[in-house]
Amino acid sequence: MKTFLRIVAGLIVLGLVAVAAIAFLPIRKTPPNDQLAANYEVPAGQGEYTMRLADCAACHTAEGGEPFAGGRAIESPFGTIWSTNITPDPDVGIGGYTLDEFRAVLNDGVRRDGTHLYPAMPYDNYRKLSEQDIRVLYGFFMNEVEPVASEGETTKLDFPFDQRWGIRVWDWAALSAPGFTPRYDDPVLDRGAYLVETLGHCGACHTPRNAIFAQAATTGEDATFLTGGAIGGWSAPDLRGPNSAPQTWSAEQLKAYLASGRNDRSAVTGEMSLVIAHSMQYASEDDLDAIVAYLRHIGGGGGDGTQPEPDADAEATTELLASADPAMELGPRLYLDNCNACHFTDGRGADGVFPELDGNSLVNASQTAGVIDVILNGSRLPSTQSRPADLAMPDFGHRLSDEEVAALATFVRSAWSNEAGAVTADDVARRRGNAGRPQDPRS
Amino acid sequence: MATTAKKKDVVIVGLGWTGSILGMELCEEGLEVLALERGPDRDTVPDFKYPDVADELKYAIRYGFMQRPRNSTLTIRRTLEETALPYRSLGSFLPGDGVGGAGVHWNGHTWRPMAEELRLRSYVEETFGAEIIPEEMTLQDWGVDYAELEPYFDRFEKVAGIAGQAGNINGEVVEGGNPFEAPRSGDFPMPPLPQTVDALMFAEAARAMGYHPFPRPAANASQAYTNPYGMQLGPCNFCGFCERFGCLNYSKSSPQTCVMAALKRKPNFEYKVNSEVLRVELARDGRTATGVTYVTAEGEEVFQPADLVILAAYQLHNVHLMLLSGIGQPYDPITGEGVMGKNYAYQMNGGTSLFFKDVEFNPFVGAGSNGMVIDDFAINQIDFAAEGFIGGSYISSGTTNGQPIRSMRLPPDTPGWGGDWKKATKEWYGHSMSIGSHGSNMAYRDTYLDLDPTYQDRFGRPLLRMTFNWKPNDIRMTQFMKSKIEPIAESMNPDIMASGYKADGAMYDVRPYQTTHNVGGAIMGTDPTSSALNRYLQSWDVHNVFVMGANAFPQNIQYNPTGVVGALAYWSAEAIRTQYLPNPRPLI
Repeated sequence: MKTFLRIVAGLIVLGLVAVAAIAFLPIRKTPPNDQLAANYEVPAGQGEYTMRLADCAACHTAEGGEPFAGGRAIESPFGTIWSTNITPDPDVGIGGYTLDEFRAVLNDGVRRDGTHLYPAMPYDNYRKLSEQDIRVLYGFFMNEVEPVASEGETTKLDFPFDQRWGIRVWDWAALSAPGFTPRYDDPVLDRGAYLVETLGHCGACHTPRNAIFAQAATTGEDATFLTGGAIGGWSAPDLRGPNSAPQTWSAEQLKAYLASGRNDRSAVTGEMSLVIAHSMQYASEDDLDAIVAYLRHIGGGGGDGTQPEPDADAEATTELLASADPAMELGPRLYLDNCNACHFTDGRGADGVFPELDGNSLVNASQTAGVIDVILNGSRLPSTQSRPADLAMPDFGHRLSDEEVAALATFVRSAWSNEAGAVTADDVARRRGNAGRPQDPRS
Repeated sequence: MATTAKKKDVVIVGLGWTGSILGMELCEEGLEVLALERGPDRDTVPDFKYPDVADELKYAIRYGFMQRPRNSTLTIRRTLEETALPYRSLGSFLPGDGVGGAGVHWNGHTWRPMAEELRLRSYVEETFGAEIIPEEMTLQDWGVDYAELEPYFDRFEKVAGIAGQAGNINGEVVEGGNPFEAPRSGDFPMPPLPQTVDALMFAEAARAMGYHPFPRPAANASQAYTNPYGMQLGPCNFCGFCERFGCLNYSKSSPQTCVMAALKRKPNFEYKVNSEVLRVELARDGRTATGVTYVTAEGEEVFQPADLVILAAYQLHNVHLMLLSGIGQPYDPITGEGVMGKNYAYQMNGGTSLFFKDVEFNPFVGAGSNGMVIDDFAINQIDFAAEGFIGGSYISSGTTNGQPIRSMRLPPDTPGWGGDWKKATKEWYGHSMSIGSHGSNMAYRDTYLDLDPTYQDRFGRPLLRMTFNWKPNDIRMTQFMKSKIEPIAESMNPDIMASGYKADGAMYDVRPYQTTHNVGGAIMGTDPTSSALNRYLQSWDVHNVFVMGANAFPQNIQYNPTGVVGALAYWSAEAIRTQYLPNPRPLI
């Protein structure tokens, strides 16, 4: 008994020591990875451009809200995280931040007051930012953004996730080494790697999460990097497997998709719409080329954009739909009545306007929320510089029951050469009234 | 008391085709542009979304996208002796409202005029002699010729994304197109649409008689298309809900599909909806406009100062606003003096229905601009002296829709209701087609627009008054077309045939729908004593007012007007950009 009590007491002491260590050991902040001249001046326009590629606005500007005043809800498995005001307002924004404090936010996820950010802020990716980009972003937010004195919603997660000190432990376990190291001996690929891995933080959605919900990899050298993740119940597609877009589309198709949210194969939906709207449409030709080259490289080479000839299964679906036989099953009948006008009997749509459904990553995703949400709520393309039309698919949730949406989604996921699993009425019911994050990229 | 808004460089009245085009062109000059649209905002989704917009009762019968007479109408009479009465119930023509205007709910027939039509008086005088022109016919040249306008036709066709088959490229006749058309500098941006069976049957019959059928130029996309503004169209699926509807499929060219999203991205562009302009305000000397006064949705009057005023409302409303604002001297039909309101014209149409027991036409498969056409009896193909009329027509056949309420074509003498109507409907739905004549309409001394002496609108402004009737010249034209169409129809051996063409003594009837091709009233020309606008669509009297639209037509062409309206908008925009802005003044 005494032994037992001693062990318990010992564990309590150890625990207290651990808590004390977490609470009182000074936080080690990542030092600058480069020494820039003290009088370094941000080149004109560079601040806004870097902010675009870092895509700060997608999270920190709310639907219809003031730029960078926060207040956008970000759904996480642990609850809703509200983005914060990052305008230079001295009280509710970041106006009082020094450069070192600003760097600590980006590199270490630590606020000026020492509290830890939730990793919804992609500091695991931003910790590889160059010192120059940190300076450029600091200059942008301090000098080029209007201060807004509005304090948005405060994030309040349930216990134990409301204990922010715990993130410190998570950080120890989860974070990768800071700083970006060029590795390709090719300035284009290295620029692409930096943009994808670090500034654009693509891995935050497109890389699977591990057991502690950290990004399983943060560089292309790791084979799990960009092999697909999940966000808000949607799949964030694999970007390097043999069936992935970079490995099946041509470089031009990939570039068009990033620049305008559309190409002759597909059209953007969901969270990626915001990435196109707020970030990628502004990328320079050179940076887009670098991103495309890197994405193609890490997957083994890249596709040539040729569309596979329809196989027997694909032709059978096309023939079934073209027969317009009133006796056909519910799924294909609903397709004819609701989808066929734009996506056609062959499921191949029209170049740049109506996306292909045959082989479509959203349709075939392992997570079915994406295809269900798009059928229920519709989807709208972002208006972009090269393709201003915010083409929209209407919503069908008001006219199709859960059973009908399930039958339709199940049909589309198995039509032509698609081979994804069935969707149930329960799956649909769970998504009803749950549009997730608002998806009007016009804001 | 009107409040005064912050001054803009340009204010545009109306946000349809011409308003959106001028918005784009003038924003590119870096000007601050405000467009005022009296109707609501409209976008493909949600306003035209599938399948809600495919509702014949709501949109085709109850006119969901048209102006409401209680908000805006005019009075109509047929002769100078009649008392005009308000057009209280839409019938003969259907002006639209809202963003996109009538560009939302048209069928999309997009033509260039014949070169001869733009200088019709000169052509008639040179070819047949001035003596063949009836005394009452106020025939005029446009003041701009086809060769000058050609680049602007090309521009509009590329922006709108027109599907068609060229018949004459730089003077070379191209097989399969219209051999009688004026030369184009290049091909259409898109190949023609596929054709329905009625169009193919008509083309075959016409070809057998030695005529030259070609596909109708269509603002319905035949494939995926990106226009010079980066705007996109998807291929038309022949849904059969085109005219009177917004397009659910991004297939019909409209301000929405071809301009608006690109325009909205311009930081120097702003637009306000539910904002009705009451009048153009003039400087004390009456030589320049200072801006416009409009009423907001909340009923407040606002004075919007601007350096340049673009009237881009519907033809009738542009003329109305000019009359209300005191721009130009009102036309007097007795003396022939004055220009404002002069030369109103319409469109002379007719047709023959053909019923075939054994042919399934599947009329629910239709596109607004589907059809095959012959121009063998066009204006430049007719000997006016020999035939006794001035004018011409294209002749066409095609299916736009098979909607059950308004497109139930039945043999003559079928009762309008009851058991026999049901029986005939069952027997004949889907078993008929028609061949139509779409003809010119000349303007006359007593076809004109002015302010009504009696009736006022909800703002207390006098209504516009239309005086219009059919005239013998145009009736002879349509009877001539009947004599050409009926033999084609007979050669196709229908079971039943029925013709409908205006005949001697026909009076204008505002009740049945005819066409929304109202033209003239603020016409363009070379002489300020006979036209309201100069050749650049600039008011002769108030030089910072430019007036877009079919009101500029001195008389109506034999084609649907939108192609000319679009080209004139680009022509005028170019003159504003290159000649007017550097030195604002009367350009002529």
